[in-house]
This record gives sequence, structure tokens and C-alpha cells, in this order.
Amino acid sequence: MSEIYLPEGLPTPVPQNDGLDKAHWDGLQDGKLLIQRCGDCSTWQWGPEWICHECNSFNMEWTEVEGEGTIYSWERPWHPVHPALNGHGAYIVVLVELPNAGNVRMIGNLLGDPVQDVVIGSKVKAVFEKHGGDTPYTLVQWKVAD
Amino acid sequence: MSNRTIRGKTAVAGVGETTYYKHGQSPDPEFVLVLKAILKACEDAGISPKEIDGFASYSNDRNEPTRLAAALGIDDLRYSNMNWGGGGGGVAAAVGNAAAAVSVGFADCVVAFRGLAQGQFQRFGKAPPVSTVSGDPAYMSPYGVMSPLQKYAMRAMRFMHENKVDHSVLRAISMASYHHAQNNPRAVMYNRPLSEEKYDDSRWIAEPCKLFDCCQENDGAAACIIVSAEKAKDLKQKPAYILGAAQGSDHRCGAPVMNATNFPSSSFASLAPRLYEMAGVTPKDVDVVQSYENFTIGVMMAVVEHGFCEPEECSEFFQLENLMAPSGKMPLNTSGGNLAECYMHGLGLQIEAVRQIRGDSVNQIPGADVALNIAGPMVHHVSTIIMGSEATL
Repeated sequence: MSEIYLPEGLPTPVPQNDGLDKAHWDGLQDGKLLIQRCGDCSTWQWGPEWICHECNSFNMEWTEVEGEGTIYSWERPWHPVHPALNGHGAYIVVLVELPNAGNVRMIGNLLGDPVQDVVIGSKVKAVFEKHGGDTPYTLVQWKVAD
Repeated sequence: MSNRTIRGKTAVAGVGETTYYKHGQSPDPEFVLVLKAILKACEDAGISPKEIDGFASYSNDRNEPTRLAAALGIDDLRYSNMNWGGGGGGVAAAVGNAAAAVSVGFADCVVAFRGLAQGQFQRFGKAPPVSTVSGDPAYMSPYGVMSPLQKYAMRAMRFMHENKVDHSVLRAISMASYHHAQNNPRAVMYNRPLSEEKYDDSRWIAEPCKLFDCCQENDGAAACIIVSAEKAKDLKQKPAYILGAAQGSDHRCGAPVMNATNFPSSSFASLAPRLYEMAGVTPKDVDVVQSYENFTIGVMMAVVEHGFCEPEECSEFFQLENLMAPSGKMPLNTSGGNLAECYMHGLGLQIEAVRQIRGDSVNQIPGADVALNIAGPMVHHVSTIIMGSEATL
């Protein structure tokens, strides 16, 4: 088990019960970042939806994307709103644009010092964070690229 | 302008609110709070509660019209409406929907209301008690993004980055609300003034927001009664005419995982022009602004999107003296708002707009004829409304 950024006990993500995003969560377990792309008009789309927002085709496909992005925005929560975070202190959330996937955005944590300066526009790399237990899952975290 | 308009066809004829409590401190059940607010609004308007024939609310209010109508002994329930979308984004829409219903003849006397006893139900500022999450929350909760502020802070962080906004903007917005609450005995923060030092020394909740950038969580209820303009003229109070209302959001605002096209926004970019067109006014005509403070960051972007200053002018525009009644350039949240009067999910701000038009606010703007009321900035379905005095018709 590798290190995890936030304490255990936060809600466990599970695929939507209609199957919409199962491929994404399965892909992360296999070490692949899969993002939606329209099979007809090639528009990238995130978060997942059954239909392409550009051409309204239902022919949505899952495309593997390199885990590289740019910090688009961020926040630093201090106040715990969940019991698992009591006493934990600050952490950083980043909104990351994926230039290799039409600049769709993903949410993750920025690894490293929780009170580090965060610079919008910084290049970041994806780090897959494995969680075990009864329903194992993988999160996508980010670290500033060297 | 299109002749499909509600301009001037209806008015708010009565307003009522319960005592406002800190969350968990209401001695009454939530349903009783709602009944009390409705009865007070009827008394204010000078009508019998039996005259109510419609109900409009938002944010999945728990107090259903059929129960209210049965409890009040209403003969003929003709209209009920729930505006979709969470948060307070629907409060101006609830008043607007009531006005639309009366305008077209669905009903004659509609009450827009909201009741909240957060002490008796789930609090907004805490994560929901669930062990698994799917859909949009699956991409947020595991990363510690669970509360409303955590979901919206990044919209403002990007806005402040792009427009080089100084953090003092947020402090000025917060201080305006606290300043106005000191004249308002209804306010939960009455006799609790806020200084620059107290703001600066307060703890971060989630950067860029400190404690005093965040609304309270309260128990209470509030109600507004909407009738036709003709009927309003015959009632006890000076009517606050509804000049225009708009609701919704722009391209893919609700796209999952924060993929809104126009992200550094409070969601009003496409609404404000529609609102002004229907109301037949411009930002220059607006005498007083009530802008829902879930968080000061939302007020900042909403005021910009309603045309009061350019995004890059925020640091100069949002000075405390510009925001203060009676003589500021843009008096803001003159009852104390959600930050310092009560977080009645924005309905208290609607009531304050009515009081300004009537001329009986505790922080009255002399001769206020046009009041703008902005609801629930940054959520994915927002609304906004303009009320005016008889002189504006």
C-alpha cells in the first residue's frame, strides 16, 4: 500500500449504478487514465455523460490520456467538514486542465507540503493513489512536474 | 422588447419573517416556523391567509404546499412550484415564478417562502453522512471537496487570478453586511460589529475565504406575498412592483467535475442582460443591491456580472464606503444579509428589497425606486430579480 494524501475514512467512490463511468474507475485500477471522447466528432468530454455535448451523438468512447496537466485553479481547505478530517489541518485541492484532452478539467489534490505556494499555470503530473479494502479504488493525484 | 414580460404586472404586497435563530436554537419545528412567517406576511399585507391560493419555493423545501394548504384551511389551491437546483440559487426564481403565475392567471395570491431549521435536519456546512459516493461527488469527496464553499472556492480563485483582485475586496463585502446589521434588531449579528482587524485575524475556512466570508447557518422562516398590481394598490402596504426576473445559467455551467465553459463566474453572465432588458433599467438606475452572500466571493463576481464594475476594477470598486447605506455608490446588503442578519436562504434579502422600495428599511436609501436582488451566486442554477416603486411603472 502506497502512501495516501488524505486520511482514510472519507467517502469511497463507486461507479454510477447505471454504468456510465465504470470504464473510468476500472481504468484507474489498471493504471490507465481514461477520458471520454466522442466517436463521431472527436470532442473531448469530462465529467462523464451519456451523450456528446457538441454533436449529441451517443457514440462516446474511452480514450487513454497521458497524465499531464496544468493547474487551472486551486483552493486550500483548513476547516474540517468531515469527521475523517478532524485534526488533519490544511490540504490543497487543484483543478487541472489536460492539454492532451481538449483542456477538460480534473479535480485532485496537490501532493507535497500542504502550505506550499500554488502557482496557477504550473505543469503537473498525475500520480495514481491506490486504496485497498473491500471496494478497492484508485484516485488521481497531482505533483508539480520537475 | 418582447411583449412577453411580467414587468409591472404584480407586486410584493406582504412580507413576514420569524425570529431568526442560530442553527439548532429554534424552539419551534420547521413547519411551525413556515406557518408563522406566512401568517405574518398575511398580516403585513392585510389579507386573510384563506386568500392564499399558491405556493412557490426552491431548494427542495421540505414544507409541501398540500400540507400548508390543508393546515391553513385554504379552499382552492391553484398553484404550487418548486424551482430545481440546490442552494439559494432559486430564491429570486421563487418570487419570479410566483409573479409569473399571478401574471398569467394561474393564481391570485401566491406566497414565496422558505423554512430552514438546520438544527433539526442536515447542516449545509457539513459533509453528508454517507460511506460511498457516485456520480459527480465521486470526483470530489475523496479529495476533500464536500461543502458548498469547497465546491465553489476554485471559481473565485481563478477569477481573482485572472483579474488581479486584492483580498481586501472580500473584507469590504463582509464588513458592509456586518455594518448594516448593527442597525437591525432582527439580525443575529446585531451588537456584534466586525472590524478590519477582527476580519484579518479570523481563521481560514478554505482559501481564499476566511470565517467572515462565510454565511451563517440559521433556523427560521420567511415569506413574501405576491398579488396582481391592481390588487396590491388596494392593500395596506406600498407595493414593491416586480419589474423583471431571470433564472438559469450559461453554457454547460452544470457540467460535471467543474467543467463549466465560463468557470471563473458566479453563473449570471447570461442572466443579467435578460433581467435588465425585461425590467427596462440599467445598472445606473439601481438604487440598492441585495446580493446573496453564501460567500463574499460569490457577491464579488455577481456584482461584476450585473455590470456595476469591470472585473479588473474590483479592487477599487469594492471599498467599504461605496457599499454602505445611505450614500455609498452601490449600497449592498442593507439588512445585514446572509452574513449578519440571517441565512434564510436569501429570502430575507428579498424582504429587504421590498422594505427599501417601501421606504422602511433600517438602513434606508433615500428615495430608493429600483432594487436589485441577486440569488445564490456560483451555484449551477441561479436567479435574479428587480423590484421597483410605482414611479418606475
